[in-house]
Amino acid sequence: MQLNVNGKSHEVDVEPTTPLLWAIREQIGLTGTKYGCGIAQCGACTVHIDGAAARACAITVSAAAGKRITTIEGLASGKALHKVQKAWVDHDVPQCGYCQAGMIMAVAALLRAKPKPTDADIDATITNICRCGTFQQVREAIHAAAKA
Amino acid sequence: MTTMPKINRRTFLLSTAAAGGGLALGLRLPFGPEVVRAADGSPEINAWVVIRPDDTVVVRVARSEMGQGTITGLAQLVAEELECNWAKVTTEYPTPGQNVARKRVWGDFSTGGSRGIRMSHEYVRQGGAAARMMLVQAAANQWKVPAAECSAANSVITHKASGRKTTYGKVAEAAAKLEPPKDVKLKDSKDWKIAGKSMKRLDTLDKVTGKQVYGFDLKLPGMLNAAIIECPVFGGKVKSFDAAKASGMKGVKKVLQVGDTAVAVVADTWWHAKTALDALTIVWDEGPNAKVSSASIAEVLKAGLGAEQAFVGNQSGDAKAALAGAAKKIEAVYSYPYQNHVCMEPMNATARFTPDKCEVWVPTQDGESSFAALLSASGLPADKCEVYKINLGGGFGRRGAFQDYVTQAVRIAKEMPGTPVKLLWSREEDMRQGRFHPVMQCKLTGAFDASNNLTGLHMRLSGQSILAAVRPAVVEKDKGRDALSFQGVFETGEHSFGYTIPNLLIDHAMRNTHVPPGFWRGVNINQNAIFFECFMDELAQAAGQDPLEFRRKFMAGHPRNLGVLNAVAERIGWGKPAPKGRFRGLAQMKAFNSYVAAAAEISVAGGNKVKIHRIVGATDCGYAVNPAQIDRQVAGSFVYGLSALFMEECTVKDGRIEQENFNTYDSMRIAQMPRVESIIMPTGGAIWGGVGEPTICVAAPAVLNAFFQATGKRIRSVPLKNHGIQLV
Repeated sequence: MQLNVNGKSHEVDVEPTTPLLWAIREQIGLTGTKYGCGIAQCGACTVHIDGAAARACAITVSAAAGKRITTIEGLASGKALHKVQKAWVDHDVPQCGYCQAGMIMAVAALLRAKPKPTDADIDATITNICRCGTFQQVREAIHAAAKA
Repeated sequence: MTTMPKINRRTFLLSTAAAGGGLALGLRLPFGPEVVRAADGSPEINAWVVIRPDDTVVVRVARSEMGQGTITGLAQLVAEELECNWAKVTTEYPTPGQNVARKRVWGDFSTGGSRGIRMSHEYVRQGGAAARMMLVQAAANQWKVPAAECSAANSVITHKASGRKTTYGKVAEAAAKLEPPKDVKLKDSKDWKIAGKSMKRLDTLDKVTGKQVYGFDLKLPGMLNAAIIECPVFGGKVKSFDAAKASGMKGVKKVLQVGDTAVAVVADTWWHAKTALDALTIVWDEGPNAKVSSASIAEVLKAGLGAEQAFVGNQSGDAKAALAGAAKKIEAVYSYPYQNHVCMEPMNATARFTPDKCEVWVPTQDGESSFAALLSASGLPADKCEVYKINLGGGFGRRGAFQDYVTQAVRIAKEMPGTPVKLLWSREEDMRQGRFHPVMQCKLTGAFDASNNLTGLHMRLSGQSILAAVRPAVVEKDKGRDALSFQGVFETGEHSFGYTIPNLLIDHAMRNTHVPPGFWRGVNINQNAIFFECFMDELAQAAGQDPLEFRRKFMAGHPRNLGVLNAVAERIGWGKPAPKGRFRGLAQMKAFNSYVAAAAEISVAGGNKVKIHRIVGATDCGYAVNPAQIDRQVAGSFVYGLSALFMEECTVKDGRIEQENFNTYDSMRIAQMPRVESIIMPTGGAIWGGVGEPTICVAAPAVLNAFFQATGKRIRSVPLKNHGIQLV
């Protein structure tokens, strides 16, 4: 089966029902996308599929085949960080950092759909779990990225 | 002596591949009075400081980074005394095996109890200062001038009289050969330039690009992956399992029993291992606890509330006589449930075993505790074992004293010598096999005289002891008492009680269960702050007094507790009208040698939808090494503590934990996040306080006290979801 991840085509030898998350991590070898729950609750595995945020633990490889998949490793343009990543660095957002790839992917998709999100937009869209509790910095950094 | 860096290629590859650098020092220890070198050949000035020829300063950090910012804070303290260029500071972890081999030169690795900075600030600063003195001496020797005529700043050494300058990188080799100084003086904190400032974290970039390697991301050549299930009833064992079906499934290499209690599948990928494990039929011998439930546990605890025998944690005067002679008595019973840490990264460890060497790669809060588990499970001597610490996707107390996943990983690896095996728990396994926040009930009784003066108070705790399960020797030494169960209300020490109340008795009827308890961020201050600080509001209400004024009467002898309480009261606007529809509550406690207080302002819609508009947290931690990181720890502790208050309970049914994932065990989202205002008010002194945990305990009682003001309802059991109350 072919998966198009970060602009490159990858042949993956997995059962069609394999969650996209595990194909990305274990077949393609990109480990920035995390496992947190396996049931689309926590958002640690968030990637973009055709530009929209999606939880890769709950999407099968067969459903993702033929679509444009972007992971955290593909968000920056070469060495230039994406504006969300840059805001995250400027605001020192991550604590343990484990959920942050998913959080950043969710926010990057939000800003594409709504370049100037309100707090209500953020509340409605960003539902990722962060056990360290970085939400205050996440909100600040989203608004900073929107202004960038 | 050459200064050419010598790269130990194997160690270098391992270190960069395994943890993005900084994992394995690959120290080469000399057999004589020679220089100790880091893996890249750079000289070690002392155990804490390595300086590369390009002036890069590598600070060794023994404590574990799990998001709390400790590597940045500890590096700031070393750099402050070292007088080095902060822009060229990086960090690395020494390994537990090296610590053993070097007579524990790096001290304690354990990273819990908010001790990362408060328990190591002195010796790491001395390490930085001693290294600076040696570097200055080396430059002075080179110039043939007295060291006292030279000064150091920003990694540059200057001899003012002659105008000569050199850099740390240039004199590091010579400095490394000098005897360490005996008399090392530390700076006064008022002269700090790097410490005490909100320096940016040193570890952010890789966390936003996906490059950061967590334990669960580790890749080793030829590595296989394992999934595991342990008997879900604590104390149960494996009776039998039918490996045939799983053995034939795609990618499966081995199906095996692990110890007496667990079954694992090893496969090419974790997804294959997990899929095969789910297909296994396992019969458990559930043992004597198979009928235990939350209700049966609650009955046992309830009986303890009136039991004759109890361990005393705090006593003055005669509380029982005061209660017997009271004009008015107020009584309330509170309870606190089991809770799971739910680190975002589930438990994992990677092990490679051969008869000559056993290595473990693990995200751990205590590398030495991991090392001990490795020694025990491998059966090999210490010089044939090594642990490589990897960054943690959350810790919160789950990854310190408890190394069950290391034991399991080594046992699996022993069955496949030479093959590295990465063991990853599913979220479900992680939630079933927690080391849970202990259950506790509490009965509080207050006595008033006819003039509404509080004349006595009895606080009876009944419930589980963590130390009895985890450190039984400590409990035995204290004649069966677990002093830690009195955190925040104890008579003395780092968790001492913040009030002087006449005729006081605080005691604990220990009631242990089969559910394994653990240290959960804040540990026992979580329930003790809710019990005591909510009851203080109940007493104030009964006396017809303002909760702040009522508390102040008992705080004259506790100026630092009073200081933080006054600070949050002033910031929230206590005593002035709140905005329409909003209500306030407050709480204070001393924990981990820090004095903390919170004040919350909430509104309640429809009687059950709670919005926290503001929550102020004040911390007097003695010294503030990185204020921006303290702010984040305060806000993060409130997220953890308020998630616990509103949403989190692990219930027991048929001897096992019922909640297996976030769909039944929720955690706060950004929409529910209150605005957190942090007040950092360090007042110095000889004792430094911790930061990661203390404030967690004051958020919940502040909100509960505000809820009472808003609704007139006193909630005495956690979580609030059981009362139909939501955080919105």
